[in-house]
Amino acid sequence: MSVSFAFVAVLVGLVVWGLLIRRLTTRPWETRGAPPEDPGHAGTVTVPPAKVGLWILLAVITSLFSLFISAYYMRMGHAHGDWSPVALPRVLWLNTAMLILSSGGMQAALAAVRREQIDRVRIGLIAGGLFALVFLVGQLWAWRQLNETGYFLSSPAAAFFYLLTAVHGVHLLGGLFVWSRTLVRAVPAGIAAIAVRSSVELCTVYWHYLLLVWLVLFAVLLSTSA
Amino acid sequence: MAYVAIADRDHAPHDPQTFVTKYIWSQDHKVIAIQYAVTAIAIGLVALGLSVLMRLQLGFPHVFSLIAPNNYLQFITMHGMIMVIYLLTALFLGGFGNYLIPLMCGARDMVFPYMNMLSYWVYLLAVLVLAATFFVPGGPTGAGWTLYPPQAVLPGTPGASWGIVLMLVSLAIFIVAFTMGGLNYVTTVLQARCRGMTFLRLPLSVWGILMATILGLLAFPALLVSAVMMTLDSLLGTSFFLPAVVSMGNPPTHNGGSPLLFQHLFWFFGHPEVYIVALPAFGIVSDLLSTHARRHIFGYRMMVWALLAIGCLSFVVWAHHMYVSGMNPYFGFFFATTTLIIAVPTAIKVYNWVLTLWRGDIHFSVPMLFAIGFIFTFINGGLTGLFLGNVTVDVPLSATYFVVAHFHMVMGVSPILVVFGAIYHWYPKITGRMLNETLGRIHFWLTFLGTYAIYLPMHYLGILGVPRRYYAFAGTDFIPPSAHWANVGITVAALFVAAVQLVFLFNLAWSLSHGKPAGSNPWRSTTLEWQTPDTPPKHGNWGAQLPVVYRWAYDYSVPGAKEDFIPQNVPPEPGEPSVAPMGAEGAHGTTS
Repeated sequence: MSVSFAFVAVLVGLVVWGLLIRRLTTRPWETRGAPPEDPGHAGTVTVPPAKVGLWILLAVITSLFSLFISAYYMRMGHAHGDWSPVALPRVLWLNTAMLILSSGGMQAALAAVRREQIDRVRIGLIAGGLFALVFLVGQLWAWRQLNETGYFLSSPAAAFFYLLTAVHGVHLLGGLFVWSRTLVRAVPAGIAAIAVRSSVELCTVYWHYLLLVWLVLFAVLLSTSA
Repeated sequence: MAYVAIADRDHAPHDPQTFVTKYIWSQDHKVIAIQYAVTAIAIGLVALGLSVLMRLQLGFPHVFSLIAPNNYLQFITMHGMIMVIYLLTALFLGGFGNYLIPLMCGARDMVFPYMNMLSYWVYLLAVLVLAATFFVPGGPTGAGWTLYPPQAVLPGTPGASWGIVLMLVSLAIFIVAFTMGGLNYVTTVLQARCRGMTFLRLPLSVWGILMATILGLLAFPALLVSAVMMTLDSLLGTSFFLPAVVSMGNPPTHNGGSPLLFQHLFWFFGHPEVYIVALPAFGIVSDLLSTHARRHIFGYRMMVWALLAIGCLSFVVWAHHMYVSGMNPYFGFFFATTTLIIAVPTAIKVYNWVLTLWRGDIHFSVPMLFAIGFIFTFINGGLTGLFLGNVTVDVPLSATYFVVAHFHMVMGVSPILVVFGAIYHWYPKITGRMLNETLGRIHFWLTFLGTYAIYLPMHYLGILGVPRRYYAFAGTDFIPPSAHWANVGITVAALFVAAVQLVFLFNLAWSLSHGKPAGSNPWRSTTLEWQTPDTPPKHGNWGAQLPVVYRWAYDYSVPGAKEDFIPQNVPPEPGEPSVAPMGAEGAHGTTS
């Protein structure tokens, strides 16, 4: 619970100080009038709504994972003699490498889309998606190994392992859905990079974020494994 | 960049053409708002019916043979869950949030209209799954709306097999729907305000809805986590929450799980949930009071800061629901302190409401009656909250009717009064016709006084020690006959109040075709939703040009002005001081 607590506190602090404090100290009853009509004017909010929406979604997902991690630690703390740590399958290291490569692929696509090189965008996207798929297969492999070594759902530590990796995997699957739609739009010949730029940007942010979540989860699991 | 900032437009490229795209698969925030509201009220009426059945049992025990003890538990559970989540949360955010945010911010629509549409249909699915639990083997869960394990999933509790799982699934679906809607509401407020609409020119309704949505986005994941883990406990035999319990003589199927963990997770969502319901009510009631008292809201900036403070504090008080759970008692003192601290910003709001009325030109219109009724009821409910926030007082009262009376006053009746006030207030904009005033007054007085007849005696029952959640009382010497008579009185009052709502429903239906035409701004209000070129507003809200905002939302009775209100989109008069506000940039209507 303290993890989610810290998260909420940090988030609230950031929002209040960074975004609002300047605006929330004005005296609206004293000021009348409107700024000049010029959408390109400095000071105008020009961040695309989709990007803002994605960042808010990331905050929600962070809340979700912080709560899962809090639950993990609290369940461990409340355990009455039934907690036996899991010996993590080694394949997880390989999977982590795959996910880093996947993020690298997306980053390459992002760099290419900014330079308007659509060929490299395609290569980057395909690499990013494929490595992500390999990661997911690797995670299933890890499940199998764990199951074969006798860690079933009845063991709470193993149940948490399955649960946390599954929730992370589901989020990656959601990302792959958006990725596939982006790829379909990027494949036709003669398409301009600008047409998929926003989608590639959003996908890349999401990919890096899920990599970060995985690294945190992996660190938490490693530090509490057998 | 894949988006274009379109402030004004000459044509309407995406206007819906057919009946289906206009009213069913609609992406228009106003239609989605009505869909949300109608669905929420429909399932809310089911919950109202359940409370009537419960009251019949409590007032006249053993008279109605169709209400068995397990039915009674199921009614309690479903009544609570529906009212809190599927009615109030959905109605305030999905209903009023959807309708008011784009109109009050001066936007054409939500920034993600397709996701907004999806949000409603997923919400409807959640409601249908919930309603389906009435028809599955074993019926709906009877675990109480808090769904505490282990009893929620153990045999002996009604609906322990199908009911509880479908309830958890329905909640998970609801959270998905809420997240899609919530992303829209927040992003729209941040990104789609019209020119001149600074944060501090937003009406408090938008502030309340915005803060509630942020709370929901951060708190609902806790419910999702607990729902997922309990589903796994129930279906796959994990032991997240379920301890080793010998159930009905069978050996334990689980080991070592922590029921307390569930309670922490549940209330980490559950307490912010109180404010998810309360903050929109706070915001809306501020606007009702200001408009109908023809006076600017007192301490506007303080009201905004109080909303922020309540929002932040609501995350650090959850364990005051768990004083009797067996958690570390020192925890209790920490949470009692934070609970009492949250009374400070709340009291600031109450003082400001009252001071808004002070020397105002008060019009006792129907929305105003409901708004004032809210202040009374909220103070009543809030004061008993001060009792219950203290560990030593809460422990003996926690399992009694005192708590039932407290939370019904503070988060049942209070927000519902605001809902009624808001419907009387905005119905003219939504439909173009006024609701019947006489029927409205009858509805207000009978509902307001009736709810006091229901809930005031419950405080007395609670202090006597009458336990809540019980189906019937027998052989209990400490409960005097007067308590039984109080229960009869409460039941009669409850039946009466429930029947009075038919007047309201009749008014809603009858006024749709027979109400007095409202005109565009019947309450002579300043906020943008009353300044639309059409009433009801058409798709796109603003015709060819987006509005421009020149002033805050509360220019009522400005000295020297021709009328007692100046709408937000009226430029400064020659004599008025004209100072462009700091940070005055809106987002210039980025709905593309």
